[in-house]
Amino acid sequence: MFEANPYPEEVNAALSDFLLRMADTSLVLGHRLSEWCGHGPILEQDIAMSNLALDLIGQARNWYQLAAVQLGQGQSEDDLAYLRDAGQYRNVLLVELPNGDFGQTVLRQFFFDAYHYHYLKALTESGDENVANIAIKSLKEATYHLKWSSEWVIRLGDGTEESHRRMENALRELWEFTGELTTPNETDQLLTIMGLTPDLNLIRPLWEQQVQVVLAEATLEIPNRAWMQKGGKNGVHTEHLGFLLAEMQFLQRAYPNCEW
Amino acid sequence: MVAHPDLQTQFDLRVAEDQRIEPKDWMPEPYRRTLVRQISQHAHSEIVGMLPEGNWITRAPSLRRKAVLLAKVQDEAGHGLYLYSAAETLGTSREQMIDDLHSGKAKYSSIFNYPTLSWADMGVIGWLVDGAAIMNQVPLCRTSYGPYARAMVRICKEESFHQRQGYEIMMTLAKGSEAQRAMAQDALNRWWWPVLMMFGPKDDESPNTALSMQWKIKRFTNDELRQKFVDATVPQAEYLGLNIPDPDLKWNETRGHYDFGPINWDEFWEVVKGNGPCNRQRLEARRKAHEEGAWVREAAAAYANKRKAKSEK
Repeated sequence: MFEANPYPEEVNAALSDFLLRMADTSLVLGHRLSEWCGHGPILEQDIAMSNLALDLIGQARNWYQLAAVQLGQGQSEDDLAYLRDAGQYRNVLLVELPNGDFGQTVLRQFFFDAYHYHYLKALTESGDENVANIAIKSLKEATYHLKWSSEWVIRLGDGTEESHRRMENALRELWEFTGELTTPNETDQLLTIMGLTPDLNLIRPLWEQQVQVVLAEATLEIPNRAWMQKGGKNGVHTEHLGFLLAEMQFLQRAYPNCEW
Repeated sequence: MVAHPDLQTQFDLRVAEDQRIEPKDWMPEPYRRTLVRQISQHAHSEIVGMLPEGNWITRAPSLRRKAVLLAKVQDEAGHGLYLYSAAETLGTSREQMIDDLHSGKAKYSSIFNYPTLSWADMGVIGWLVDGAAIMNQVPLCRTSYGPYARAMVRICKEESFHQRQGYEIMMTLAKGSEAQRAMAQDALNRWWWPVLMMFGPKDDESPNTALSMQWKIKRFTNDELRQKFVDATVPQAEYLGLNIPDPDLKWNETRGHYDFGPINWDEFWEVVKGNGPCNRQRLEARRKAHEEGAWVREAAAAYANKRKAKSEK
């Protein structure tokens, strides 16, 4: 288990906020992917999506455990996952969007993986060794995820007319939710100054480059729309998250204080 | 078809000597047909069986339970994959087998036509449904057809892990609050009889048993396995402090086995015929996944062809 590192109050609050964001983001995306289990388009890809979901849920557990330690209020990973409401969730909006068709799921995954991979890589240099260690572990998985989702974006973008059209639709649906991935908020700004997290402004060009290369190979055009939605990192979500949490948290809420 | 006498004799001898039959060996057509039917039915059961448990992945009550349940259902997909591959060695394609499932021609285990109504059902399915499956499947690790036997060795290892996980869910609930204990008892009440039906019809009404025993595809009869299962399960239920919903259940000193009450075979045959509580929903879910995935499979094939054409230039 982790041992808490001592920080000034303000920094510790920001670090906890960041840890919850990492945890919530992985959990919510893992949860969405797990909705595919038993319903995938090909048995092999059903299995692959469960793999991604399992990796992400595992990562979420590590981040929650560390968050609980830094928060120092005796909470468990499950308290943090199951007993916070939407306004307290810190995940980026992209990951809470419904799965849509397989193309939309794959594109959402790719946008996330392209950020996650570069971000984790930089996060392995974090001044907090607990954070760096989780990043090192997660990076191996994120590397595989990025490969999987890139390949599928290319395959579907450059597959048939129908698959190309569906990927264009997915791009229209998802694009405005990508900006938040690499836009720092106050938490990021403080933690970057403290040397605990990488500067998202430096991650953005890496993300853009990755996206350009893959979308070009997929024969897909990047939308030239500039407006980007944001809010998840500060607890202001889409309408979808409340339903996801209602389902996920149902047993813990209906039968409080039980062991499962 | 009349078999060449030498080939038939060689086959009979190999089976009698407990040697494995392999894909390229000669085999009688009815043996091949029986295997394709049984293995594909088994594969379909794994795939359809993902649905009732899949229901609860998004509602699992802790992160650990969520991960364990998801991994379990994923294992079932993996079992489906090995079994389809084993059946393909007999000359029937996966697409053909899946079409037969979707058209209703091929069957799958009736147990998956029952609904999963509470979290305790995840415990009971692991404990009893996987437990019954293990009773059925362990002897299949020695079945005469090589690829099937090898697939079963891998599957049985994972199944016994699943069974322990299920029993652990039951133990947690049994030690939990009153509401949790009630949830566990309710799940046992609903699943007990359908689980006993998983072993199939009584021996004198099982049309396929005799030949399958002779070919060493099957190693024990349905009734033998059912008895073995009841004997193993009663003490486990006692340990949990749960009541098996059968007033006739009692230890028979003379037989050295538990006696149990009559099974409602009308219900069994109704579910087999398609009238179980979820038959329609399960098949619809499978068909829907397949139909909605058609464009993905077409795109993957088209892309692979483009790549191939490029590399040949």
